[in-house]
Amino acid sequence: MSKEPVAVVGIGQTKHVAARRDVSIAGLVREAARSALDDAELTWADIDAVVIGKAPDFFEGVMMPELYLADALGAVGKPMLRVHTAGSVGGSTALVAANLVAARVHGTVLTLAFEKQSESNAMWGLSLPIPFQQPLLAGAGGFFAPHVRAYMRRSGAPDTVGSLVAYKDRRNALKNPYAHLHEHDITLEKVQASPMLWDPIRYSETCPSSDGACAMILTDRAGAARAPRPPAWMLGGAMRSEPTLFAGKDAVSPQAGKDCAADVYRQAGIADPRRDIDAAEIYVPFSWYEPMWLENLGFAAEGEGWKLTEAGVTELDGDLPVNMSGGVLSTNPIGASGMIRFAEAALQVRGQAGEHQVERARRVLGHAYGGGSQFFSMWLVGAEPPTS
Amino acid sequence: MNREIAVVAFAQTDHRRTSEELSEVEMLMPVLHEVLAQTGLKTADIDFTCSGSSDYLAGRAFSFTLALDGVGAWPPISESHVEMDGAWALYEAWTKLLTGDADTALVYSYGKSSPGPLRDVLTRQLDPYYVAPLWPDSVALAALQAQALIDAGDTDEPALAAVAARSRTDATANSHAQLAGSVPQGEYVVRPLRTGDCPPIGDGAAAVILAAGERARGLCDRPAWIRGIDHRIEAHSLGVRDLTDSPSTRLAAERAGAFERPVDTAELHAPFTSQEIVLRKALKLDDGVRVNPSGGALGANPVMAAGLIRIGEAAARVHRGESDRALAHATSGPCLQQNLVAVLEGDPR
Repeated sequence: MSKEPVAVVGIGQTKHVAARRDVSIAGLVREAARSALDDAELTWADIDAVVIGKAPDFFEGVMMPELYLADALGAVGKPMLRVHTAGSVGGSTALVAANLVAARVHGTVLTLAFEKQSESNAMWGLSLPIPFQQPLLAGAGGFFAPHVRAYMRRSGAPDTVGSLVAYKDRRNALKNPYAHLHEHDITLEKVQASPMLWDPIRYSETCPSSDGACAMILTDRAGAARAPRPPAWMLGGAMRSEPTLFAGKDAVSPQAGKDCAADVYRQAGIADPRRDIDAAEIYVPFSWYEPMWLENLGFAAEGEGWKLTEAGVTELDGDLPVNMSGGVLSTNPIGASGMIRFAEAALQVRGQAGEHQVERARRVLGHAYGGGSQFFSMWLVGAEPPTS
Repeated sequence: MNREIAVVAFAQTDHRRTSEELSEVEMLMPVLHEVLAQTGLKTADIDFTCSGSSDYLAGRAFSFTLALDGVGAWPPISESHVEMDGAWALYEAWTKLLTGDADTALVYSYGKSSPGPLRDVLTRQLDPYYVAPLWPDSVALAALQAQALIDAGDTDEPALAAVAARSRTDATANSHAQLAGSVPQGEYVVRPLRTGDCPPIGDGAAAVILAAGERARGLCDRPAWIRGIDHRIEAHSLGVRDLTDSPSTRLAAERAGAFERPVDTAELHAPFTSQEIVLRKALKLDDGVRVNPSGGALGANPVMAAGLIRIGEAAARVHRGESDRALAHATSGPCLQQNLVAVLEGDPR
């Protein structure tokens, strides 16, 4: 049985900021959804189902917020699913929505992910230890810093690479009107002089806490034919998970990430990702994860990812631009961050990315991960529909 | 949508008021082993895994990540999670199988209500700005619905007591049930609901295996084919809903094909006696339909698993040849806000 091709015909996001005190949670998500509908030139009545995702409910203090948000998202009388796969959730949510279209259960689906971190404190939301279990060590940075150290030791990367990523992503963010951090006076020296938070991760190499939402309209072939602007076509999508902690885990380059990418490439007919993929939006919450994921995703051989970064390959005008939007380093409404990666990939192949548009971006990867580098979700979108 | 998909195995814990000596993973593990053993499948044979749970019950962010350790996700697996009852995890798995990307799926869900005061915890589901700060609890909201039904002449207190008595009598035949036998209706908890009208609060887990086409026939003597499944949500605010009706259940049932031919069995996720009245009306169930032979949620209501258990119980009756066409229902949110309906059939005998 062949699957229905899935097209992205509408994309919307809020202006991401530290605190959206002017809107409720419902107001925030509606703003993104409304914007995606406008992009697709559709109305609420055109939507058959809603798939919503966000990271832990403790961040806003609302248990299963999809119940409260049903009205705001025009879901009354419709199916509404709520996905939660930790930090990868924004990507997973889009994939669950895509499956509804691919399976021909629904024709047009609204998918949305959000986080309103200002409603609470993410550090405490992640710090609820129970007995006999390792808590996240002083937030996510504390958990990931040792793995960055392990990468540096394994690859021999010079300790300047992390600051290059941060400097690049923050400059890219200046070209993205929706990005949270707009540091107009950013310099490489300023990044390198910023305080050390979790050695080797400096303050300017970490993601901010943002309020924001991202929405997409996914539809079938018939829906794509009616779309007013060029659609982005899903060429492959996959999720992979592995356990949080176990002796065989490679925390630097998890097997689940490699398997997930391999599945996506197989679906999309990608033989050599470095050659066949034009750009990538990769989930990089701490700067060193750019070179680490370049290797995990097959863009570079093991131990070589930092060389691409150092050589400027991942710059906006480089040969393989990475995080053209400014990435998670510039905008991090956690639950939405994965979907923003997926949506930005789609914006690129639609040619709608404005000032941070990459020329001739025909095939672009969107990537998300979560938990202790244990959940992965990715999709590859293209300007042309899938051939098989 | 021409791919046939069936429930081929179902397992659940014994549901208990408390399981404080067990972690969520420890509570879940035996169920996962049991459901796999029923089919002879191993974790590596499963193409897709999906779970349902809620962080708020555990009082801890990302609680589901540890449950994954119980699955044994190595080598890495294709996996997803809904922060909902496991019935919706089953729905996600069903769509995954429909795409043809997977032939088998493991679906599980669990909930431990014992770590916190459940009635208080569930208030956190409500509109966070206008309603949740008032802390209206789940029994109080169900009581509003029950009173609306009585005022409308749809039921009365003796009829509600009869629902409770029938459910708990049926639960005596269910070794997993938490509350069974002759349970007194007791005093009012929130008028007009008495103790007997309310579900027990308990901990529990459940798991189901889905398989497509010939694969299902190979794994189960009499697969419970999912002929249709659909779910719908209503407005959140109680002030804009008619609490005596459940249009979302009716619409989901219609989309699932429930009205095309009569069903012989219905497993309804009705935690309160009054909600069975609402659901029977929405689903047009007459007295000829065997409703909740398991004892239903009044026998055991492990939050986040109780809906999946309804699908599992309905499927198990098809497996055993006790039903040819069964309806399963799951609900989420206050006063039946969100509802899922599945229609399961066995091959002709």
